Amino acid sequence: MDTRFTRGKSAILERSLTRPKTEVSVSAFALLFSEMVQYCQSRVYSVSELQARLADLGQGVGASLLDVLVLREKNGKRETKVLNILLFIKVSVWKALFGKEADKLEQANDDDKTGFPAKVTAHWHKGTTLMIKFDEAVIARDKALDGR
Amino acid sequence: MSRQSNRTTESKKMNSELFTLTYGALVTQLCKDYENDEEVNKQLDKMGYNIGVRLIEDFLARSSVGRCHDFRETADVIAKVAFKMYLGITPSVTNWSPAGDEFSLILENNPLVDFVELPDNHSNLVYSNILCGVLRGALEMVQMAVDVRFAQDTLRGDNVTEIRMKFVKRIEENLPAGDE
Repeated sequence: MDTRFTRGKSAILERSLTRPKTEVSVSAFALLFSEMVQYCQSRVYSVSELQARLADLGQGVGASLLDVLVLREKNGKRETKVLNILLFIKVSVWKALFGKEADKLEQANDDDKTGFPAKVTAHWHKGTTLMIKFDEAVIARDKALDGR
Repeated sequence: MSRQSNRTTESKKMNSELFTLTYGALVTQLCKDYENDEEVNKQLDKMGYNIGVRLIEDFLARSSVGRCHDFRETADVIAKVAFKMYLGITPSVTNWSPAGDEFSLILENNPLVDFVELPDNHSNLVYSNILCGVLRGALEMVQMAVDVRFAQDTLRGDNVTEIRMKFVKRIEENLPAGDE
């Protein structure tokens, strides 16, 4: 291993980023997650605050996961188009998280606004559905890319 | 995750990455919420205790292990069955005290700390302290009061991670233990 650039820094940077071999049980995760929800619940006064806190926790997870997955699955190329990022989420991210692809990617046609910097909310619609609502700027950008 | 009605002794497994990241998010949040490491350690222990109290039921339901006859058996079950079932690792049991009431679990690798580094300003943080709480809570539900602490921690510069478990006493089976 070439340690030229990391000498003096931590050994963690030397480690490989391939999928870890260790498998944990789903119940370990479920118990941990449930405890985290309860912890957040004890510190807020409303449901929306709870949701916000949980989402904050998730954001850190997502950011780290994105880096690792992009490196592994796509050799470092990140998606720039809306449909592709959604497919990436549907396939790679979901597989990494839950072991299988997300069931369906449905487009809400009645709503013109979908894009990249997004608000994601969880709803109950044919199972747990995550609605991804993008900003207008992203749609404009995507249209511009298509036009090229 | 829907609960299947057919009872299976096989546990569903998942890749440890999400687990590691989720635990990391929790510790990060706790560090933000509490000003000092000692508080975070206590909070992790408390949360671990709550988890342990529920985990033991899941464990007993899914493993065919019967009641342990002595502390040595308990140690083996914890290392070879429980850790394997939940975290996919098998720590080794060593360093028995002469009285047979204290032992060490040596963890070669710990999925909670994959790719984790402690920054300098958190040198007192026992990152995996949740495990101490889990062990304590689970054993309390089977009438054993134990003292669990980290003797060595790779995150703090040691070569291995060592959890020291000490048997305190047998809990009488009258009332349920009070809440923490």
